[in-house]
Amino acid sequence: MKLNELTIKEAKGGLKSKKFSSVELTKACLEQIKKHNKDLNAFITVTEKEALDSARKADDLASQDQVLEAKSLLGIPIALKDLFSTKGIKTTAASNVLKDYIPQYDAAVVKKIKDAGAIIIGKTNCDAWAHGSSGENSDFGPTKNPWDKEYVPGGSSSGSAVSVASDMCIASTGTDTGGSIRLPASFNNVVGLKPTYGRVSRYGIIAMASSLDSIGHFTKTVEDSALFFNVTAGQDKMDATTLPNPVEDFTKDLNKGIKGLKIGIPKEFVTSDLDNEAKEKFEETVKTFANLGAEIIEISLPYTEYGIAAYYIIQPSEVSSNLARYDGIRYGNDRSYFGDEAKRRIMLGTFTLSSGYYDAYYKKAMAVRTLIIKDFNDAFQKVDALISPVCPTLPWKLGEKINDPIKMYMSDVLTVTANLAGIPGLSLPIGFIDGLPVGMQILGPQLSEVKLFQIGYAYEQATQWRKQKPAL
Amino acid sequence: MKINVVHVAKLANLPLKKDEEKKFEKQLSEILNYFETLKEVDTKNVETTSQVTELENVVRDDESTLSLSQEEALSNVKNQHDGLFKVKAILTE
Amino acid sequence: MNNEPLTINYEPVIGLEVHVELKTKSKMFCSCSADYFGQKPNTHTCPVCLGSPGALPVPNGKAIDWCVMIGLALNCKIANFSKFDRKNYFYPDLPKGYQISQYDQPFCLKGFITLSNGKKIGITRVHMEEDTAKLTHQGENSLIDFNRSGVPLVEIVTEPDFENAKEVIEYLKKLQQIVRYLDVSDADMEKGNMRLEPNISLREITMNNELLTINNLPKYKVEVKNINSFRFAEKAIEYEIRRQTEILSENKTPVQETRGWDEDKQKTVSQRIKEEANDYRYFPEPDIPPIRFTQNQIRQLADQMPELPDAKLARLIKEYNLSKYDAEILTREKEMTDYFEEAVKVGKTFKINPKQIANTVINKKIDMNNILPAELVKNIVNFKKTDDIDENKLQEITDKVIKENQKAINDYKSGKVQVIGFLIGKVKQHFPTADSNQIKTALEKKLK
Repeated sequence: MKLNELTIKEAKGGLKSKKFSSVELTKACLEQIKKHNKDLNAFITVTEKEALDSARKADDLASQDQVLEAKSLLGIPIALKDLFSTKGIKTTAASNVLKDYIPQYDAAVVKKIKDAGAIIIGKTNCDAWAHGSSGENSDFGPTKNPWDKEYVPGGSSSGSAVSVASDMCIASTGTDTGGSIRLPASFNNVVGLKPTYGRVSRYGIIAMASSLDSIGHFTKTVEDSALFFNVTAGQDKMDATTLPNPVEDFTKDLNKGIKGLKIGIPKEFVTSDLDNEAKEKFEETVKTFANLGAEIIEISLPYTEYGIAAYYIIQPSEVSSNLARYDGIRYGNDRSYFGDEAKRRIMLGTFTLSSGYYDAYYKKAMAVRTLIIKDFNDAFQKVDALISPVCPTLPWKLGEKINDPIKMYMSDVLTVTANLAGIPGLSLPIGFIDGLPVGMQILGPQLSEVKLFQIGYAYEQATQWRKQKPAL
Repeated sequence: MKINVVHVAKLANLPLKKDEEKKFEKQLSEILNYFETLKEVDTKNVETTSQVTELENVVRDDESTLSLSQEEALSNVKNQHDGLFKVKAILTE
Repeated sequence: MNNEPLTINYEPVIGLEVHVELKTKSKMFCSCSADYFGQKPNTHTCPVCLGSPGALPVPNGKAIDWCVMIGLALNCKIANFSKFDRKNYFYPDLPKGYQISQYDQPFCLKGFITLSNGKKIGITRVHMEEDTAKLTHQGENSLIDFNRSGVPLVEIVTEPDFENAKEVIEYLKKLQQIVRYLDVSDADMEKGNMRLEPNISLREITMNNELLTINNLPKYKVEVKNINSFRFAEKAIEYEIRRQTEILSENKTPVQETRGWDEDKQKTVSQRIKEEANDYRYFPEPDIPPIRFTQNQIRQLADQMPELPDAKLARLIKEYNLSKYDAEILTREKEMTDYFEEAVKVGKTFKINPKQIANTVINKKIDMNNILPAELVKNIVNFKKTDDIDENKLQEITDKVIKENQKAINDYKSGKVQVIGFLIGKVKQHFPTADSNQIKTALEKKLK
């Protein structure tokens, strides 16, 4: 197996037993990027020199056992979604507004990842400002799906998902405001975690919708996801919305299995609106869960149908305010450099907050949000977790939905309610249809990531979809 | 629901070209029509949620720390003068 | 048909919005130093107060406490639950494109201040917000310094209860005094850490000498900006009242607008920015959790507050038997009162009357920084000119001393003039701070 195809766990093992060095591991990733990024367009910036410098330093430190123990990602190449501020390294949000912007500080999570010894290998492409579900809204060209380059990789964390799926790095970071980790994970046969809102600091990450943005990551396996979460989770004094709960070892229940666990299927998520093939795949998955010993219970989340409307009012409202700072005075280019989707969302949000409309739109949506939260709270009284498909359709072709904003927004119908409620979701592969990956999400109450990993691990070990690789 | 795109663009400080106005008006009006479904929801006695963490009273101590240097603060602009950010004046009189 | 011209009298309706900059160590939402006056430009900034991508606000707990104290000092009710909101608008001095402020759930509500004529001025609200950057103009460009961006501001809004400029000035002085007593702000208008914006209108109160219904609210409101001293505030208000009266007397209604005070021209000038664009689209600040105060916490803050001017004034009058006039001068600044009370304490051991100390402090223009209270007392003790010996008492005592010391008197009369020193000493026992010369003169008169 090539070094860049390793998981975090495997890479850690190899570095520890000195089978290979971090420099070799990093070079393998850089090679892969050189080979395939032109086609896939997963990276906006590749930090080759900095990465090799860090790798050399990591190799020095790795010779000291206590350092290797303390720094849990020592020597491991990680890619960052280009919304994450990196000191001294261009951070563009995939927008022409920030195409030359160089932050003077690291995001809190970036600092944590660096302190854990990871090698930052580059900044990945995404929908500009995280506005999108397909990866086509980037001002730097769309990212392609490595499983079939005519298809979208999903968004908005398109580049991050693809970079892991095509083994350009060992893991990558992303953000999930309405499904932007879970959706591309499910389109790329990788594992994506959307943590509980507030579990990971948003400080330094270019804000999309402040009350919805969740900071997560992509990995090749569920165990890797838990290992990575051990690094990023935790309260941050620079972000007043982070939760004070102490960070546990998120791998602790991986092997517990799911016998006796109650798994809910929200019936509103598996309606006739689902593609037939997607529905079939999901039903197979449910069977697997039952075979593994879980009790399958049908659940109702009655306000699901209002999720998209509530989300697409609240999110653009907050977006319109968060993007007001981009005026070209202190950094970046002026507002004429915004792309169409950004302009649409800014105007939509400005309207829904404006005088005379605030009550009917923003305030109304905030009330519906309360009802959606209650739906989940009621459900979690009855079950330990919910599982569902991630997208009502299979991946679509590049250009297919780009001119129909509402159609594009509807791809989020199964993911947005988790963001409105602030609950965590783990997206993992459940197979392939016509060569294209399909995924599912496991949703749990706030702060239930240990359980999500437990459930995901059981399914993953029983199915091993991840062993398949795209033909690049 | 018809949206006054010119007014909203002005409020949002977004320069729009004439041909963009019509395009966005159509798209935004369609999206707003979709939102009509929320009218079906009875929210009479429902409180609004603006934050999901249920956190309260998160404050910091009044201690001052080092700031960015003047160079760092200005590092991303070309339009500067004597350590100040420069911009075309907005006429007030 | 009545063909006589109508005589309408107008009454000013004035409300005031005051911003007080708090002198916290750090800014409102970040840890940059809040002490920006006179600093090199853009040297007290960080991603938060520069509005850089990805930055987030974390509120300054002390600033919030101080805002509540100001509210308590103004007799406000402190809200159990309050939050921050975003006020969205575009201007180069506003880096985020929104100001974090408070909209419908501010920290303090419904207070009052009592003026010397007994009139109560209603305080509508006291809330927190962040200051903007400083804009200066150079030709066709504006230059921006973000050192001031994010400094904590407390906004105090009154009901439109003022009827004239004099009341406004008295209120401003009282407010400044309170805020300085609390030591939360220097409230210096020249330095910009106290700013004010009056809004002025006129309403009709009599027509042909008959009182109109009192609920007659003015149909417009004019806001005046760019006032940076109490003197200019008085002038601007008086100018506006005259200007609006003229317009109204021509049967026209003054335009509802914002005007600026022009120091050179000594008048208010219309500002041509259109007001209609300001739809602030307030919504709850998602990056900052709300604030909830318990009764206990509010009480603790109240307990931490120093004695306020009005209470100190009353106490000084009562405790030291001072005149209202003297007490007002002494309490104008807390430093002076503290100095005075310290001196009184020391003076007790020398039996010095507090009134005497008050007199000395007020009239002698004491340099409080260079003369300690104890020293001042010493000076008073040594000071020759004493005019509070009661003449009758002096006569009484000298008679007594003469009667009790016949031998000394005989000695003196037989030429031993130095004996007078002994007699002066005896009299002085009754008047320890007396001027010896005065006693000598009185004795010599009697012994002639």
